[in-house]
Amino acid sequence: MNQTNNFTKGFFRENPILVLLLGTCPTLAVTSSAINGLGMGLATTFVLFMSNVFISMIKGFVPDKVRIPAFVVVIASFVTVVDLLMQAYTPALSNQLGIFIPLIVVNCIVLGRAEAFAAKNNILSSAIDGLGMGLGFAMALVILGGIREILGAGSLFGYKFIAESADGILVFILAPGAFITLGFLIAILKKLNKTS
Amino acid sequence: MEYIIIVISAVFVNNIVLAQFLGICPFLGVSNKTETAFGMGASVLFVMTLATIVTYLVQVFVLVPLNLAFLQTISFILIIAALVQMLEIILKKVSPTLYQALGIYLPLITTNCAVMGVAILVIKKDFNLAESVVFAVANAIGFALALVIFSGIREQLALADVPKGMKGIPIALVTAGILALAFMGFAGLV
Repeated sequence: MNQTNNFTKGFFRENPILVLLLGTCPTLAVTSSAINGLGMGLATTFVLFMSNVFISMIKGFVPDKVRIPAFVVVIASFVTVVDLLMQAYTPALSNQLGIFIPLIVVNCIVLGRAEAFAAKNNILSSAIDGLGMGLGFAMALVILGGIREILGAGSLFGYKFIAESADGILVFILAPGAFITLGFLIAILKKLNKTS
Repeated sequence: MEYIIIVISAVFVNNIVLAQFLGICPFLGVSNKTETAFGMGASVLFVMTLATIVTYLVQVFVLVPLNLAFLQTISFILIIAALVQMLEIILKKVSPTLYQALGIYLPLITTNCAVMGVAILVIKKDFNLAESVVFAVANAIGFALALVIFSGIREQLALADVPKGMKGIPIALVTAGILALAFMGFAGLV
């Protein structure tokens, strides 16, 4: 497969959240602001990239029967690395994202890509696939977080553009807003994909 | 009294699906029929309680004394995966009827982040063993409750005239949003 195509498919055609609907739990939970979405997206990208590379390296000598547990251990190791790094260098963000950092381990995107792609392809393609998919995931999180932050708080990446005393539409920051925004976003993307 | 507060808070106020966003995949995946929603709810109750007890004991008696708390993520996911496998084998042997009822949902539960989430939450909240068990059971009931209510709504929704672009997942998500809004009414309870 052509490598550019391999990289870009994660953004629109096979966007993990908006098209494949994988990894909805962290998507809904952490996107109360664009910056949280970005943090979560980059953490997942790192895990996805590293585990794809590593799994593609070890795929030759892991017996088929214990494939899934082996993949899970690899993924869990990288999740632990990210978790500890974020606790050390970005404690505020790590606090905000809370248990959703360790929960990257049960994010279906990561295991899904390991099983569907990295276990069958060479290291370079797997690395590019992991990067593309991760950034596609991050992009969707930032869009969703951005929309929710604009509507809910009247700000974007923490920069407030409505009057200091004014409030946004609070519900978009809270749980119901996550469901509703994602619902409409998917509907819009479906329409766009169909017309193009 | 504190147990009652844990239960009410976990089932209604901080509902695991609608307020904490754990276990959304099965919530959207198996909520087409009320019957399957019950089956999934029961399986989660079973696995979540068991998994929380085992992971709690491992954390307190193995990981903390040996200074291995950083291995939490790896060990928990392996414990849960192994537990689900074992449960499947035992159920098949001991109670075929129960296996028939819950069997197909069990493999799905390994990747259910609600189970792992609750296991991590009880450690984060510094609960003792009894509180952890109550918390796990209450969260599982909250999950089942949300799932059953949602499946009831979706059965009706299947007959409704939905705009073409909103069919399927989008309308389900918007419905879940409205349900979450309704559950926010419990906010002042605890």
